Amino acid sequence: MADTNKRKLIGTSFRRVDAVGKVSGRTQFADDLSFPRMVFMKLLRSPLPHAQIVSIDTSAAERAPGVVGVLTGSDVPVPFGILPVSHDEHALCPDKVRFVGDPVAAVAALTEEQAQAALALVRVEWKQLDTIADYDDALDASKDLIHTYGDDHNFHKKVSLRFGDPEAGFKQADLVLEDTMFFDGNTHLPLEQHATIAVPEGDGRVAVWSSTQTPHYLHKALTKVLGLPAPWIRVIALTNGGGFGGKSDPFNHEIAAAKMALNLGRPVKITLTREEVFQCHRGRHPTLMSIRTGFRKDGSMTAQHLKTLLDGGAYGSYGVASTYYTGALQTVTYNLPHYQFDGARVWTNKPPCGPKRGHGTPQPRFALEVQLDKAAHALGLDPAAMRLKQLQPKDSITANWLRVGSMGLGPCIEAVMRGSKWLERRNAMPPGRGLGIACSSYLSGAGLPINWNHMPHSGVQLKLDRSGGVAVFCGQTEIGQGSDSILAACVAEILGISLQEIRLCVADTDLTPVDLGSYSSRVTLMMGNAAVQAAERAREILARAAAEELKLPGANIVFADGRVFDAADPARGMSFAAAVQAAESRYGTIGTTGSYTPPRAPGRYRGAGVGPSPAYSYSACIVEVDVDPATGIVRVPDVWIAHDVGRALNPTLVAGQVEGSIYMGIGEALMEESAFRRLPEKLSSALVHKFPNMLEYKSPTFLDMPRVHTSIIEEPDANGPFGAKEVGQGPLLPVMPAVSNAIFHALGVRMDQVPIHPWMVFKALEEKRRGGVGRYGPKAFPAVDYGASLDVPTPAEGGDGKARNADDIGVRGGTMSETQRQSQEKPC
Amino acid sequence: METALKLNVNGEVRQVLAPANHSLLEVLRERCGLTGTKHGCELGECGACTVLLDGEPVLACLVLAVECEDRRVETVEGLSNGAALHPLQQAFADLGAAQCGYCTPGMLMTAKALLDSNPLASEMEVREALAGNLCRCTGYWKIVEAVQWAGRMSTGDMVPPQCLRERNAAGGCSHG
Amino acid sequence: MLRLPEFSFVAARDIGEACALLAEAPKSTRLLAGGTDLLPNMKRRHQHAQRLVGLRAVANMRGIHGDSEMRVGAMTTLSTITRDAKLQRHWPGFVRAVQSISSPVLRTTGTIGGNLCLDTRCNYYNQSEEWRQAIGGCMKEAGDICWVAPSSPRCWAISASDSAPLLCAIGARVRLVSVRGERVIPVEQLFVDDGIVWLGKSDDEVLTEVLLPPVENTKATYWKLRRRGSIDFPVLGVGAALRMGAHGEVTHARIFLGAVSSAPLRAPESEAALLGQQLTEATVKAAGEAARGVAHALDNTDFTMLWRRQMTAVWVEGALRELGGLPPRAQMPETPLGAPAMSV
Ligand SMILES: Cc1cc2nc3c(=O)[nH]c(=O)nc-3n(C[C@H](O)[C@H](O)[C@H](O)COP(=O)(O)OP(=O)(O)OC[C@H]3O[C@@H](n4cnc5c(N)ncnc54)[C@H](O)[C@@H]3O)c2cc1C
Ligand code: SF4
Ligand code: FES
Ligand code: FES
Repeated sequence: MADTNKRKLIGTSFRRVDAVGKVSGRTQFADDLSFPRMVFMKLLRSPLPHAQIVSIDTSAAERAPGVVGVLTGSDVPVPFGILPVSHDEHALCPDKVRFVGDPVAAVAALTEEQAQAALALVRVEWKQLDTIADYDDALDASKDLIHTYGDDHNFHKKVSLRFGDPEAGFKQADLVLEDTMFFDGNTHLPLEQHATIAVPEGDGRVAVWSSTQTPHYLHKALTKVLGLPAPWIRVIALTNGGGFGGKSDPFNHEIAAAKMALNLGRPVKITLTREEVFQCHRGRHPTLMSIRTGFRKDGSMTAQHLKTLLDGGAYGSYGVASTYYTGALQTVTYNLPHYQFDGARVWTNKPPCGPKRGHGTPQPRFALEVQLDKAAHALGLDPAAMRLKQLQPKDSITANWLRVGSMGLGPCIEAVMRGSKWLERRNAMPPGRGLGIACSSYLSGAGLPINWNHMPHSGVQLKLDRSGGVAVFCGQTEIGQGSDSILAACVAEILGISLQEIRLCVADTDLTPVDLGSYSSRVTLMMGNAAVQAAERAREILARAAAEELKLPGANIVFADGRVFDAADPARGMSFAAAVQAAESRYGTIGTTGSYTPPRAPGRYRGAGVGPSPAYSYSACIVEVDVDPATGIVRVPDVWIAHDVGRALNPTLVAGQVEGSIYMGIGEALMEESAFRRLPEKLSSALVHKFPNMLEYKSPTFLDMPRVHTSIIEEPDANGPFGAKEVGQGPLLPVMPAVSNAIFHALGVRMDQVPIHPWMVFKALEEKRRGGVGRYGPKAFPAVDYGASLDVPTPAEGGDGKARNADDIGVRGGTMSETQRQSQEKPC
Repeated sequence: METALKLNVNGEVRQVLAPANHSLLEVLRERCGLTGTKHGCELGECGACTVLLDGEPVLACLVLAVECEDRRVETVEGLSNGAALHPLQQAFADLGAAQCGYCTPGMLMTAKALLDSNPLASEMEVREALAGNLCRCTGYWKIVEAVQWAGRMSTGDMVPPQCLRERNAAGGCSHG
Repeated sequence: MLRLPEFSFVAARDIGEACALLAEAPKSTRLLAGGTDLLPNMKRRHQHAQRLVGLRAVANMRGIHGDSEMRVGAMTTLSTITRDAKLQRHWPGFVRAVQSISSPVLRTTGTIGGNLCLDTRCNYYNQSEEWRQAIGGCMKEAGDICWVAPSSPRCWAISASDSAPLLCAIGARVRLVSVRGERVIPVEQLFVDDGIVWLGKSDDEVLTEVLLPPVENTKATYWKLRRRGSIDFPVLGVGAALRMGAHGEVTHARIFLGAVSSAPLRAPESEAALLGQQLTEATVKAAGEAARGVAHALDNTDFTMLWRRQMTAVWVEGALRELGGLPPRAQMPETPLGAPAMSV
């Protein structure tokens, strides 16, 4: 059919479909909406980190001026959560609060000021419990429990997986390195603060307009908590003013607003303050890591044993998945024959951590890439060349049973080496200057859905109009990444029409087929495939009708430039609208659907559900630093990044994601930090976010942003639409280790911790001057009993993807009830 | 107590009722229905609420509406000339300077003030002028390019953005 | 959305009216200049007022006047100062200090008078009402303990004005006017080293203008330490003013540190290390080292207190190196990145 080499839109930097709305102030974000009779809601949040609610008295608040409704935990008693295994949150805490900011009551009033004022009138009697502030507290078995479910004591989750025979691998090594590293927590800080408006509709139905990345999961949570039939609830995700993973859980304010609206029979709006956004959090897990790797003289790895300890905060959120993710992707960049992964997540009385850009993988990636740099140094190898020599081959299966398809890391490394003049400049840097390299990989969507089922992950529906317009329906959510534009472009490309002919209807659970949401970099690949399928089906119908109309049975009908014509004789054809009319006259109203379900992954052990993806993106990054030895201040003048995106559907959008990722990576490397303030224990039990505001949580400004030299590498993947893979998260991952490696190159000090604050560099330099090793990082990894490991033979050992020991449970075998039980172990 | 305020917003004079403690941000968004102006902190820390007051960029969250009477307020809604986009809007749209678009109104207004006085602003001048406006999505370079391109377009210098990038000897970012 | 509490607003037309309005109820009235400090503080409910008196319309509090002895009206915006050609020529160090305040979009509104009267800062204090409730408040506002130094009887919130250390160093003065009369005092006397009562002026006094001394042969500069290239308050500021004799020997030295105590802090040991000496590698280093002991930075800003103390020496030395024309040893982090280095 259409000539794949002559694409009109795909591959070009066409203007985003939402651009004009966004530059003219017309795009409506959640807080921009208002409805007749709308009232405003505020949440009373816990001032204590950990306490039992003894009693709660809202009578004075109910009588306060302007107040129309008050809710407490007993009004919304049903728990919810993003993962089926951790439904541990409540819209309003019924009996216990677990962090400063946990909501206990909701007040709706005629104005936001009145609602705020009334909060002060709610009387709560508390019984304080132990404050669990950090790992030490969490591992202390004498302290109070935050939750009564999970693994032992304040451990939420423990995982232990062994692939192959790591001990044998270590024996083959010429060099074994063991490091303890720490990656501190940080948060998404979308510029838009979350907002929700719940609007009662018809008889007992409710529509919830929200800034959410996952309308489908919010819909599920609302259905559960409100106890209404699912079709009575409509969730509409508005264009998000940034998400980065911070708006991908169902949130208590969304559910409370819906309940309030149903109770009052009028629209209820809540817009969070910036501080509340910090309390919603779901950001990067602070992660302590112990990494032990064996290397041969040529730098190749023989085995690795990685231990991670995640500080999860107060609730489950995506935490079980996050825990697995700290181990899952260590194998997809470089060949690793034997691998042991032990991961654990503890509860603490802090805002819950969850999925931030890179979800669980930047932390171990940092550990791996910094350790590779140490190995290269110890072995006298060039760190770039050493990486190039041990790439995981394309079309292969890793030790932990992930199927790698296309693999463009080699060209990525070569591109950044060329760009930065790595070979020429590295040995001739002025004092304080250094170059560091690191690489990474990321998923193009998770292979399994969060709620286990056999249904597609993304659906697209087309309605072809006799005017020539095409309406595209899809549940996907635009969060800034450009998914609306990709959706429209995929359809327009296949049908040979322009973007002007496309009308989008997205992210509306009443009107659009399910797309799981904007998380795990899944949208371009999954929605794109669904869109292509729907458009191809439409093209088939139109082609048939057009061929008949043209009396050219069997002709090769081409769709391009708004026309439908004979490939052999382009003059013989008709307008696209005429083709739709021809089809509609023959077959009635024209509509098609497309959907996408990822391929089955080869792993069959418990936990194999986390890590598989239809395609992996690859990135290589070289960072140049300018470190001032007098202060330890690190400046980054230049970053070279090459990203294998499979196929750049729109190079400007791709470059935008890459540059934005570098931005966030520089923030994580040098300044962004979710720090907490624990007051002296003798005086207070308080535990608060140190600076829940945009002044002290440091997001780099225009003047802190390095130059970015981007190379887009295209190694098309058979699973991607037009060959495309992800770009939204992957390019962030190598930045942090590359900065650390560059600092070592500049001054010979090792930063085994991020963010890298100037005093850390300064301290390491002082230590080095005094003859020490010159390192900043955690001293030790605590003793954690991870339990018995699942013992999984690798493909090279002739394994079948299953574990050897009794714990093993087949992934897809068994009855439905069994799979449901297993799904608890295979979140996203 | 609400008082009647006479505001000149985008050249349109409007009478609104607002209490003395309302910021310009609240009055624009909640009393005038002009929700194009955004907010991310309400404390002067993010720049999302930037509007022009007598031609100068100010943080609408830190200005009392009562102090804006008889002054010219310009918001993103007034940037285009009827349906015709302002060169800044075109440049932001074409060069990918708006991703989620939430910082965009504030960026556009700050940039407009800069270009009005300095249409050929250098890369460094653009970065300095916009340094109080945070963006979490773009990594800033596409915004710098868009502002410079718009300024040059408006002076009739129809330099394509790629050449602009090269002309900035050190080009903020490049695609190789 | 964070919103302001209720208050009434009056726009004063001239200085006399502002003084009169203030005198009516000096405890519950506050002057509103640019509002960039007062309004965030009121939104977070740690500064309160029943009435705000707007100074915007007071014409004779604006503008930059004079030649050899320049006067800057208190209501002059920070961006007006940074754009002023004469100030750039005479007092580039002052312009630099003002240029380093927050961000361009804030400097269009913030004023020099407001900058000098800025509330002291502490990251146990510059927080929302809910946050402060969660720690039970602190001495500066509705509590009885200082969390920065729990056994201390005083509040250690810091003076975070960028212009103050420089203006102290060059010996600038301010005019204070009230219904009781007017007085002119050195800028350093405007401050008290106490986080709670940080201004040495009474509540009914209006700061009307800043008087700069004649330049003569004074060289002055300001070095600011902060995290990002923009927006951030100083975590350390160094205002230094020197005069040199015929042989390059220092005849006059005033060095003030900002953001390390509740008032700009003079560093007499550093000054003494310079007097009578030429600015050499050795003397600037000694002067820097001498400042280390002066600064008692505590844990209530960005960065760690130990490092901020260590940086005091580096920053003082940096400022002096600049004044002495010695090659820089340290770089201000705010110096924007972007050395031309493209090579793809
Ligand atoms: C995000 C952010 C970053 C900032 N960064 C910096 C920074 O880096 N460096 C810095 O120095 N400041 C910074 N500031 C603080 C502030 O913006 C500036 O200091 C500004 O100059 C204050 O001036 P203003 O006119 O806005 O003061 P206002 O808020 O109007 O007034 C401040 C105080 O002074 C009193 N006052 C004002 N004028 C007079 C007068 N004429 N006589 C008597 N009393 C008066 C007011 O009553 C009030 O108590 C920052 C503020 C914010 C919000
Ligand atoms: S220094 Fe102490 S008393 Fe003062 S604001 Fe900070 S914590 Fe409160
Ligand atoms: S809303 Fe952030 S600066 Fe005004
Ligand atoms: S485009 Fe999203 S914050 Fe700038």
